[in-house]
Amino acid sequence: MKGINQYDVIVIGGGATGAGTARDCAKRGLKTLLLERFDFTNGATGRNHGLLHSGARYAVTDGESARECIEENMLLRKIASHCVEETDGLFITLPEDDIAYQSEFVEACTAAGIKTEIIDPQDAKVLEPSVNPALIGAVRVPDGAVDPFRLTVANAVDARLHGAELLTYHEVTGLIIENGIVVGVEAFSHKTKETHRYYAYVTINAAGIWGHNVASKAGVTVNMFPAKGSLLVFGHRVNNMVINRCRKPANADILVPGDTICVIGTTSTRVPFEEVDDMRVTREEVDELMREGEMLAPALATTRILRAYAGVRPLVAADNDPSGRSISRGIVCLDHEKRDGLGGFITITGGKLMTYRLMAEWATDLACRKLGNTAECRTAIDCLPGSDGNTEISNEGKTAVKAAKYRHGSFADKIPAGDRIADSLVCECESVTAGEINYAIDHLNVNKLVNLRRRTRMGMGTCQGGLCACRAAGLMVKAHNCAEKAKTDMADFIQERWKGMNPIAWGDTMNEAQFMSWIYEGVCGLNTDVNHKTKDMQ
Amino acid sequence: MKKEQYSISKDNFEQCLKCTVCTVYCPVSSVNPLYPGPKQAGPDGERLRLKDKAFFDETLKMCLNCKRCEVACPSGVKIGDIIQRARMNYGPKKVKFRDMMLANTDFVGTMANLVAPVVNFTLGMKPVKMVMDKVMAIDHRRTFPKYSGIKFETWYKRNAAAAQGQYKNQVSYFHGCYVNYNFPKLGQDLVKVMNALGYGVNLLDKEKCCGVALMSNGLTAQAAKHAEQNMTAIRKSGMPVLTTSSTCTFTMRDEYPHLLNVDNADIRDNITLATRFIYRLIEDGKARIAFRKDYKARIAYQTACHMEKMGWKIYSISMLKMIPGVELVELDSTCCGIGGTYGFKKENYETSQKIGAPLFKQIEDSGVDFVATDCETCKWQIEMSTSKTVQNPISVLADAIDIEETIKLNK
Repeated sequence: MKGINQYDVIVIGGGATGAGTARDCAKRGLKTLLLERFDFTNGATGRNHGLLHSGARYAVTDGESARECIEENMLLRKIASHCVEETDGLFITLPEDDIAYQSEFVEACTAAGIKTEIIDPQDAKVLEPSVNPALIGAVRVPDGAVDPFRLTVANAVDARLHGAELLTYHEVTGLIIENGIVVGVEAFSHKTKETHRYYAYVTINAAGIWGHNVASKAGVTVNMFPAKGSLLVFGHRVNNMVINRCRKPANADILVPGDTICVIGTTSTRVPFEEVDDMRVTREEVDELMREGEMLAPALATTRILRAYAGVRPLVAADNDPSGRSISRGIVCLDHEKRDGLGGFITITGGKLMTYRLMAEWATDLACRKLGNTAECRTAIDCLPGSDGNTEISNEGKTAVKAAKYRHGSFADKIPAGDRIADSLVCECESVTAGEINYAIDHLNVNKLVNLRRRTRMGMGTCQGGLCACRAAGLMVKAHNCAEKAKTDMADFIQERWKGMNPIAWGDTMNEAQFMSWIYEGVCGLNTDVNHKTKDMQ
Repeated sequence: MKKEQYSISKDNFEQCLKCTVCTVYCPVSSVNPLYPGPKQAGPDGERLRLKDKAFFDETLKMCLNCKRCEVACPSGVKIGDIIQRARMNYGPKKVKFRDMMLANTDFVGTMANLVAPVVNFTLGMKPVKMVMDKVMAIDHRRTFPKYSGIKFETWYKRNAAAAQGQYKNQVSYFHGCYVNYNFPKLGQDLVKVMNALGYGVNLLDKEKCCGVALMSNGLTAQAAKHAEQNMTAIRKSGMPVLTTSSTCTFTMRDEYPHLLNVDNADIRDNITLATRFIYRLIEDGKARIAFRKDYKARIAYQTACHMEKMGWKIYSISMLKMIPGVELVELDSTCCGIGGTYGFKKENYETSQKIGAPLFKQIEDSGVDFVATDCETCKWQIEMSTSKTVQNPISVLADAIDIEETIKLNK
């Protein structure tokens, strides 16, 4: 048994860091297993701005993080071109802000290696017409947008292409420790409801905020700092450049365009560990996000909000700062052998989405040292699958083909197309075809509708799953040959969509929710879930 | 409640709940599966185009701008405008020679008037139609409207202008290209009726084509110039401006501000269809009509798309129903398929005729003497595709009215 389940490295966590680490390990020839409790990007990776940080935001307060950011920023543009949009960003000064901060900011950026350009407020309005016209100063920086779902899955796909095994819906329930060395893990499969043991010479804890629990299973302490950040998604792109406030980092001062939408965030509140699995956005947070968001782009006041969501930053606690903002966003790579006398165990945490690759490199370097592997890291050089080849969107052709190209880069060529069924649209808002859904089901670790959403954007558009969830559920029935499972899954999916709509359920969103309930309760007959839903709606 | 007041999102596209009722009512979607339909071409597509203009889809050309999607939308989304605007903003900037010819109704009309008999004869010839089909992609099966030998404006100056001053009430008349170049009789009918009601009819100072064909063929800047000139002329006239074409009316009232950004708020209410103006006069007791005792007709009324959009068919229908000898059959409100210059284009011919087919059948089955409609292009389409002739309600009124008696009533 141990022979079959023996690996060089087990990576715990399917966020950007976990997937990136699995990719790095696999590329260096290590026999790698990745275990993810639920789905890729389920945690903080999938619950942030999707900002390709230039690092400018941290330049004044944390020069080291800023430097890491800009280096990784430039790397990702090359290796992950299909996940990145090179929009550039503006740091704007409003009349109520101190314009003196601008020069301090520019100086700090320059010191960190971040290219800045002070531009005239009038020019800023031409560059980005949605910007608050009251601005008195603007600095252009190399910010951008990055799609964390695509980025993580591309890493996972590359890991698999290099021989790694990836098990989603496998929750680590215990670590196997022999003679003071972690030799493997015990994991419960949410799919089969069975528990299995997997063995490895090195186990890497890349579970984000949940890494706190993983570490405690090994009897070591990693003091994590759960800081909740809430964000709002707007119905369409209001801005085409990232808009930031040029002041000391504060709440709700970044507006990022991403794919078809834009996102304002974030708030920052300390939350107890018991709550990290069920983050909810409060009314006060929505109010604050709206109030501050309008300061960046006044059009937000009248733009439909699609949903609200919250993530938990996996910061490592250093002091008793109640806001969590003064904590370094720096990378923390812990060799528990040196730190705690526990062999075969590494924790990689802290950091940011932007530095996931560097975090993976550090963790893999450490694992390789333990394993005597001397292969060089190539993740900064080799393109991710999808980014290796032509990722340009052509003016010709069908909308759905262009949309798929946008999402999957050069891998879009693998998507079945050309016949009536494959070309028919499942998600109309985001233009996702049945061919793309089937491609994702077959190749991108899809077990539930929510996984499909993260792989394709199905259900992320204006109707929030209203038209597509039932269609996609139909395709899932065909793929998994189980109608009952798909029906429950569909109800869960709609429920999850409603969770995000609930905090902003007024106006058009309320109308949309009503329309959705007609479809799912009225037409699809999901009446068994009515009570469940009503309860949640309250 | 007007929802648009509560949203400044351009064209309200975010109020779209994705109910898809617009696509159900889209005449193109019902016959051509290659067209994505108003929902996808409009609000859905707009989100994608906002992220990257490469998402502009050539199939948007298949929209015939009937605006029936906007009539159907329960959320007040200006779906047709979104599609038109996308075509203007993202569509190919180079305009085909054919589209230029079809769009420039003013220029082509003026030229054709000079040699009308030759043009009419030539355009009717099979070999010429085949050449136009091959060279210009104007479908050879399409019948062209005949050009008149004398422009309405010329007729008016020679025969009517001098007499208009004697009436105590005065209106202006925006005749449009069709009346001017193809069918002056409709303009003459209007002058006859209005004079009988005690109204003098004036022409605008340098009226231009309303520009609808220019807009739908990508000549936006030229259309905007026309719009400015027409609005200036209408402002200058200071009188109610009557029209006899539903599309010209709709274009000047709604497309100018929505698509060409030409502000007409101060004079929009002055522009009205003649049937609406006359119906209101009668209804308010400000004028009276005497009808010929011997007028008898069974008439089918076709609701043109822009008539449906304006919500004004009730005026034309009620006016026709005032005529004692008229038996009116209201046809199902549906697009005839022509869509202005749309149906002339070879690539749209099949779609155009398929859209109109149910209407043509209903007309043939109705047993009417003729069809009435407020749109000249509906007239071309129905006359080409059915055995019936088509008249503007104003011409019907002109036939049915007892001129002498009416003049006396309104003295």
